[in-house]
Amino acid sequence: MNENDELRMKKLLQQALPPVDGDSEPARDLWPAVLRRLDARPAAPPWFDWALLAGLAAFAAFFPASIPVFFYYL
Amino acid sequence: MRNGSSDVLNEFRQGDVAAFETLFRLHQRAVYGWILRIVRNPATAEELTVESFWRIHCARARFQPSRGFEAWARCIATRAALDWLRTRRSEIELPAELPAPAVADPAVTGEIRRKTALAFQRLPPRLRIAAVLAVVEEQPHKEVAEALGISVSAVKLRVFRALHLLRKDLQQQGITP
Repeated sequence: MNENDELRMKKLLQQALPPVDGDSEPARDLWPAVLRRLDARPAAPPWFDWALLAGLAAFAAFFPASIPVFFYYL
Repeated sequence: MRNGSSDVLNEFRQGDVAAFETLFRLHQRAVYGWILRIVRNPATAEELTVESFWRIHCARARFQPSRGFEAWARCIATRAALDWLRTRRSEIELPAELPAPAVADPAVTGEIRRKTALAFQRLPPRLRIAAVLAVVEEQPHKEVAEALGISVSAVKLRVFRALHLLRKDLQQQGITP
């Protein structure tokens, strides 16, 4: 495809899909929907929480004697 | 569009909902407009604007104020729109009557426009999103590159590949662009 073909294709695409008005506003206030979304799906625990839990589990598996100490400080 | 003040941005990073609302009010129009340019449907753009701001809130700890809120929000919104295009790819239907271009080319009939629009929908979403933003909406390549998280050269390459595949598809239907 040469430059002329590319230019023709661009013009054809612009004819087929006229630009939308990107400056338009939403038809409704979306903030209540955002708030509902925040309440509906609380954020998952961050990955480092899971990594800490896995580390503690591994430590407890290798050193079972540390479990009472862990519970003492919990 | 202006960015929020550094106080608001810092409070937002700490999870303050009032600061988040301030940023939402400042940037929702730009985010909505950007998504509308990609998905070309107001109801879907609204839905994805909500999804984008939810993602923005979830990712607040990773926000770097030096980058600017608007560019970061646009990047997240683009990813949300791309995810939507990937999942709904086969479900999108064109309206019976396509909107007419502002300056119509008499050589391009309604049927050719329709076939072109349908062929465009068959393109891979990552090529389609680059082409719709750079060619149809005539957004600066630098902004498109930032939003997609790729280089300007990669945007040009994706646009070229999109046009090449579109031309090939149309030729297979007997249309010589």
